[in-house]
Amino acid sequence: MNPTDLRYTNDHEWVRVEGDTATIGITGFATDQLGDIVYVELPATGTALAQGATFGVVESVKAVSDLFAPISGEVVATNDGLSSQPELVNQEPYGSGWMLKLKVADASELDSLLDAAAYDALNAEA
Amino acid sequence: MTETDAELRETPLVETHRALGARLIEFGGWSMPVQYGSILEEHRAVRERAGLFDLSHMGELYLDGPGAGDALAFALVSDPRTLAVGRAHYSMLCAPDGGIIDDLIVYRLAETRFLVVANASNAEVVSDALADRVTGFAAVLDDRSLDTALVAIQGPAASGVLAPLTDVALDELRYYAIAEGAVAGIDALVARTGYTGEDGFELFVAWQDAQAVWDALSEVGAPAGVIACGLGARDTLRLEAGMPLYGNELDRATTPFDAGLGRVVKLDKPGDFVGRAALEKIAREGAARALVGLHVTGRGIARHGHRVMVGDRVTGVVTSGTHSPTLGRAVAMASVAPSDAEPGTMVNIEIREVPVAAEVVALPFYRRPR
Repeated sequence: MNPTDLRYTNDHEWVRVEGDTATIGITGFATDQLGDIVYVELPATGTALAQGATFGVVESVKAVSDLFAPISGEVVATNDGLSSQPELVNQEPYGSGWMLKLKVADASELDSLLDAAAYDALNAEA
Repeated sequence: MTETDAELRETPLVETHRALGARLIEFGGWSMPVQYGSILEEHRAVRERAGLFDLSHMGELYLDGPGAGDALAFALVSDPRTLAVGRAHYSMLCAPDGGIIDDLIVYRLAETRFLVVANASNAEVVSDALADRVTGFAAVLDDRSLDTALVAIQGPAASGVLAPLTDVALDELRYYAIAEGAVAGIDALVARTGYTGEDGFELFVAWQDAQAVWDALSEVGAPAGVIACGLGARDTLRLEAGMPLYGNELDRATTPFDAGLGRVVKLDKPGDFVGRAALEKIAREGAARALVGLHVTGRGIARHGHRVMVGDRVTGVVTSGTHSPTLGRAVAMASVAPSDAEPGTMVNIEIREVPVAAEVVALPFYRRPR
């Protein structure tokens, strides 16, 4: 069961909105599928991302996966700790393993995302 | 991630893997465990303690008869006639143009009996090629791939775990040696070989005996911290040890000399062998490529297929790359122009179209402490 206060994408990113700031990471399901994460590549602060755009890469020992922006916005912060401790994404995907913060450009885009129940249902099919 | 298809072959231990929570993937036509839990944990277990591997997908081919040594010396680039009984060596089966069809281990089990172990993905090709090449020699080829299981225990604790289970004197079994004996009361060939860069053993047993051998090693090994390890850890372990993987460092378009393995080719052996003319020419003129190690000094992980640049010039391609669990950094093997192969040479690897700095280093990346 995933946290109910978050929104999710089909690509296994999560979004937490506080005011006009959205914090983004990848889900526990994604980290289970990927296994040990050994590298995370994130965009520079100030980068403008469109919804669905590739914003970075997460690599496990075996696999390379793109990261997609769940909503549009400007990158206002990235989790620098992941460059030396990428394993935080495995350990606390919804906490210290967060990846970036966006200034929300269009709050209505959040409506296109999945709630926890819909996301759980998606993974149950997988 | 590839899910398992119904038509894939299964080893006799597949239910054990499922019970252990393994993720099964397709590999060389087989459904194989890539990892049971964390690849990093499995890797560490082999470096620090020991790991248990199911390698029953590998091909086992026996060659018997007074002409078996001559037949293999004709079929392969090495000279198995020089092996003492009970010893093994690394070899290759090459095409007439010198391209590598597979890399192999050849064990001499008796004066006139050899065991050739082939990669799973090439087992049938090797079997067919050997059958063809040994025609006319006084030797009989017996492909036992589908009724021979292979269980490996690899790591510094391996001999301590195996010793109480076997009547083979492990102290007298040297690296790249093989002996017949019993393991947990089961007839086995016990070989001191492996693909991890650690001390360890490969145990060839009958298909139906694999479970008993696996269970015995698991039980004795558990208190020593021995865990089941999948192909994911096997790949990072072999890469750190600088060992080539067929399909990555080796393929039909690569000769042993291109892969830095010219020493395996015994051009001075008596008699003709398949590929001799082509390989003699390459030995004389020099290989077109060299296999090197790379330390990625910039940020990123080099992967198979990434281009390697010196300035604006493409010098080659990454053949294997990963995050090295032991070194805690990104490492790679690459096939480059011989003029760029000197350790210390600075190159760039194109990772997602961005040049990332890397330094040519000597292989292997890891050598076990002795």
